[in-house]
Amino acid sequence: MRFKQSGDKSLRSGLRIFLTLFLLFAVYCLPVTNAESLEVKRRILPNGLTILQTERHNLPIVTVTVLVKASPLDEAPEKAGLANLTAELLTEGTVRRKAADISEEIEFIGASLTASVDNDYTLVSLSVLKKDAEKGFELLSDVLLNPVFPEEEILRNKELIKGAVRQNEESPSYVAAREFKKAVFGELPYGRLITGSLETLDNIKKEDIVSFHAAYYRPGNSFMSVVGDLTDEELKSLVQKFFSSWKYIKTNERRPVPQVEKKQKTLVIDKELTQANIILGHTGMRREDPDYYAASVMNYILGGGGFSSRLMEIIRDDKGLAYDVHSYFAPDKYGGLFEVGVQTKNESAGAVVSEILKQMKRIRQEPVSEKELDDAKAYLTGSFPRKLETNRKIADFLTAVEFYGLGLDYIEKYTGYINSVTRKDVLRVAKKYLDPENYILIVVADKAKANMGKGGAK
Amino acid sequence: MLLLFPLSTGAEIKEYVLDNGLKVIISEDHKVPLATFQIWYRVGSLDEQAGKTGLSHLLEHMMFKGTPKYGSKAFSRIVQRNGGIDNAHTTMDHTMYFQTMSSDRIGISIDLEADRMANLLLSPEETASEKEVVKEERRLRYEDDPQTSLYENFVATAMMTHPYRNPVIGWMPDIVAIQRTDLYNHYNKYYAPGNAFIVVVGDVKAEDILSRIKLSFGGIKKASPVKNKIAPEAEQKGEKRVYLKKEAELPYMLAGYHTPSFPDEDSFALDILSTILSEGKSSVLYKDLVYEKKLALDIGAEYEGLHIDPFFFLVWGTAAPGKDIAVLEKSVYAEIENLKKTPPLERAVQKAKNQIEASFIFGQDSLYMQAMKLGMFETLGGWRLMDKYLEGIRKVTPEDVQRVAKKYLTEDNRTVGILIPTKKMRKEQ
Repeated sequence: MRFKQSGDKSLRSGLRIFLTLFLLFAVYCLPVTNAESLEVKRRILPNGLTILQTERHNLPIVTVTVLVKASPLDEAPEKAGLANLTAELLTEGTVRRKAADISEEIEFIGASLTASVDNDYTLVSLSVLKKDAEKGFELLSDVLLNPVFPEEEILRNKELIKGAVRQNEESPSYVAAREFKKAVFGELPYGRLITGSLETLDNIKKEDIVSFHAAYYRPGNSFMSVVGDLTDEELKSLVQKFFSSWKYIKTNERRPVPQVEKKQKTLVIDKELTQANIILGHTGMRREDPDYYAASVMNYILGGGGFSSRLMEIIRDDKGLAYDVHSYFAPDKYGGLFEVGVQTKNESAGAVVSEILKQMKRIRQEPVSEKELDDAKAYLTGSFPRKLETNRKIADFLTAVEFYGLGLDYIEKYTGYINSVTRKDVLRVAKKYLDPENYILIVVADKAKANMGKGGAK
Repeated sequence: MLLLFPLSTGAEIKEYVLDNGLKVIISEDHKVPLATFQIWYRVGSLDEQAGKTGLSHLLEHMMFKGTPKYGSKAFSRIVQRNGGIDNAHTTMDHTMYFQTMSSDRIGISIDLEADRMANLLLSPEETASEKEVVKEERRLRYEDDPQTSLYENFVATAMMTHPYRNPVIGWMPDIVAIQRTDLYNHYNKYYAPGNAFIVVVGDVKAEDILSRIKLSFGGIKKASPVKNKIAPEAEQKGEKRVYLKKEAELPYMLAGYHTPSFPDEDSFALDILSTILSEGKSSVLYKDLVYEKKLALDIGAEYEGLHIDPFFFLVWGTAAPGKDIAVLEKSVYAEIENLKKTPPLERAVQKAKNQIEASFIFGQDSLYMQAMKLGMFETLGGWRLMDKYLEGIRKVTPEDVQRVAKKYLTEDNRTVGILIPTKKMRKEQ
């Protein structure tokens, strides 16, 4: 591979821009380009479950995502990992089915049913052939509404998670990312491991999981995106059959998350490695921050634009110091990160860090060129249709639009927001959101060989 | 002019061969206003000699380093400015370049790819610098990843003569030694229209695309390379073992059995066998070794059959903390022995077929994946083999699965790699 696509997180964040409207019971046409549009139906069930639907009949498949507002934000720190463990256990036994029955039934029809936890929410995703849509919805409903969290499955899953946490130590990029968010956010939820730690997992009891599920897995605290080969009528009857019995209970508002200050800290972790894995960065922005568009343009030029970015041009193309270098804002609901990530041979760690800081300073001091600005805008607006190519991408998109209250006119507005960014805006957000003095620097490397340069951390 | 063929997936494929030998495969899909353009060169590590490994991969990198018309750094910038993404990859069998963008701009791909097929610069300075990048890539993917390091050791142990024994990225000393002349010769020999084919999938009109391709590529004249059939590995007669001691957390095992590649008549049953063994939580190995016995943290099996020459049926697993890797290894073989004694249930075979067919259909949702499948099968002898693959899968019986397990998954045909973690005591600063 010439280049590992490292943009997953940033691509996703690119979608999570802020929109503002909440609308009920209506059909909207979202023009994607002049030729195309995305038709979205939005309805709310009497129990409070919001459903977004896009029909697509090009293939006999159906993709469903259920977003539940349950994440580390809703855990006690000593029980970190509770949201993740709850999600893992959804498919490990319900009132009607044992763990083995669930996997057998879902896999026999070639479908997939998975759950995952992000900083802000839990996603439960189903992909199923149209002919098996009824079975798929039945299983999806069963795992969401009726999980029983058997003791032996809790124990088994804790052991598997602990094993994975330990195995992750083999990955220097995982170690660097873990230490980075810990250094930025400290003990706040965004600073913790979503999986929890070996200690906090032991503190989680069955009753914690049962009450977490009972409190947060509620229709008024969730919504569903359905994309694919289902008509309006077909979806209505499936939802009526499998989700109307989901009982509404009011969920408490989330507590506000305190903001953190930027600070300088360097941490070098010694491992038997040929490369230094480096993360340099600090707090970023919330997704609702109105500067997000200008920051997207600025970041594209700095290190988000792959081979069109300055960091890639200088560190990879000109100096041959790395295979990949990138920067991104990872904006969540109540805070976010800005980070530059790179791997380089131990000996050149210091040189690469200096170059990153130099480029952060430069973009804060000099306006970017007209051409850089135009290229960034052309990419960010022109790449939009690709974000809506597949059922899965559309389902993720609808989920982001709904969770961040972006409004269904987002597709139209996005191009305008990006195109209104000026060179002055880029300079302003670079000054405001990049800090080449108060940053966290994490280096996972062979310490004896890593040359951090003068004033470095060796 | 265009030949038209329906595939069982419902897509209609159009095919055309230019006078210079360049084949063009087009599938119209109008669901979104996008298109994927892929150009596949029939060259990979299969075509490399000892001491010159990694040439195809480094050349792939150099293809982004400019022509007289478009200088270094221009390629991806042009694509991105047009809202597109581009990338490339090299495998044992092929090197593929692609762009995905709005379908009304796909002509840009055609111009850029035709230009670099004929006019690559390969400047000595760029070559020296890009070698450093590839060395970093190798450190990232191989040297610092214990399980991938073991895989590299395993392959080189299991195979003695065939070029598949070398890593696609190349051995480190070979990367260091590659000269500009090596790259130039490799480029001249293999980057010929008769040794390549194009796949376009998306919201395009086949006739329009074809005439643009003819215009840009039609004038390129280069002789096609003469390729000799590579002698197969001698039959393995007795188990081989390799150990790797490296800083890691958990022991890991990887066992591989020599198997024929698709479209060998046994390849379909081998594919079903690997699906039964490890696809999903209801699979044989997951249920027994992860769920019931708790010996493994993860487990996998894969029939690596979509290659030009024979490769492996692989089985691997990471020991759960505190569990003995030797016990895990024995237990894996015990499950395989069970399948040899008793054929799998009809339902298990049907489940595997359903999983394979469904994943095929889900894959059709992505233009890139559609093009990948066409290209992959074209590399193996023709994209129509895609239908043969699905037909073959549908015909597999439980007895076929038992038969191929007996035939290939034997101790004498097996090579085993074991990762033994070492860990120094260190301090954090």
